[in-house]
Amino acid sequence: MKDIDKSFRKDTETEFPLREELRPRSVTAPDGQVIEIDPLQDYFCQEPPKVHKQSYFKIVEDFYNWARAHSLWILGFGTGCGAIEMRPLMTPRFDAYRYGIQWRPTPRQANLLVISGYLSVKTLKRAIRAYEQMPSPKYVVGLGSCTINGGMYWDSYNTIKRLDDYLPVDLYIAGCMPRPEALLAGFMDLKKLIRKGKAEGANKYAENFDWYKANQKSVIKDWDMPDYNW
Amino acid sequence: MMRDLHDHLKTRYRLGDLAERRGNLAFVDVERADLRALLVELRDVHGFTHLSLLTAVDWIEEGRFQLTYLMNNRAANRTLGLRVFLDRADPVGDTIHDLWPTAATYQRELREMFGIAFPGSPRVDEEFILEGWTDMPPYRRDFDTLAYSQQTFSDREGRETHDPRSHMAKKLYPEGQR
Ligand code: SF4
Repeated sequence: MKDIDKSFRKDTETEFPLREELRPRSVTAPDGQVIEIDPLQDYFCQEPPKVHKQSYFKIVEDFYNWARAHSLWILGFGTGCGAIEMRPLMTPRFDAYRYGIQWRPTPRQANLLVISGYLSVKTLKRAIRAYEQMPSPKYVVGLGSCTINGGMYWDSYNTIKRLDDYLPVDLYIAGCMPRPEALLAGFMDLKKLIRKGKAEGANKYAENFDWYKANQKSVIKDWDMPDYNW
Repeated sequence: MMRDLHDHLKTRYRLGDLAERRGNLAFVDVERADLRALLVELRDVHGFTHLSLLTAVDWIEEGRFQLTYLMNNRAANRTLGLRVFLDRADPVGDTIHDLWPTAATYQRELREMFGIAFPGSPRVDEEFILEGWTDMPPYRRDFDTLAYSQQTFSDREGRETHDPRSHMAKKLYPEGQR
């Protein structure tokens, strides 16, 4: 068998139809009034994210960063094989809690999104939603070679290859899969980055918002959510 | 034992030759029109009560799809695979979700991944694993997954691929001795 078929062209013509419940429609209320509804516009706030300005004094910003570095809350959201290494990390064997790193069940209570491995296009949609719902300042860590360059899913039709095309990654941890020790070392590095004020992923996302959205929409065909998920 | 069963069934159904893989595993080609009666008889009379698997093979050179119904007789520890061939240009299979409810799930998967239609199967036209897929069904052999991923996702510079055999030979024997 040939490795690659040079004549193969992916279908770029077909549009995925908008889901029925998201199409604009007019509804007649019980009192006879006709209401126009556009679910994607009406149900969500479309305000794009804003850049979070630095404090005027450097010493104050340094203090903020010091405080941020000591408050890492990970969203308990596992995507690939790497998620399995987070369990020993949060239990007594490796005990990440002693470094002040803890897991939360909802994005509203977390500020660190660990993409723990390969990300299918379907999961990417959920990861974007989760990321955008997290309060700033927030950080993204890519775990494993799959998030870096596709890893062993480099030829898969359904998993993304470079995470930083779609989300602002502050730090990558290489390996397939990285051991819990590597994760701990990675979190220590992330703390250093935050203290130096270099973990500015959320601001990067706000500055290049259109670029990120264009990349995200180029792979997620049925975009059934607002452009920014508060 | 499988041979006895084959001889017994051959008198009433158009069966192909029995392809024995092991003492308790064999495959046989059947006609699409006979499939349902055969499945019911195997299940209700001969003890093949468990549908282990329903899957497809894309024989692109021959222009046809093969459906494999893998049936298991637990009491006798025997497995029989029924092979049905469908035209690749217009693949339509017969739903068996009323015989085994689990078949509906397999049929949904085959519909999505191979584009084989199963009219009447519950929710068969809904998305199963893929979401927002607009290209051809990805398990068909004329779908090139590498080409698709290159045209869809961007590469990162600096990725190398080594052939494990020559790479390790060079690493372990740099002078070329064995
Ligand atoms: S990098 Fe390896 S361990 Fe991690 S998700 Fe990819 S294949 Fe799995």
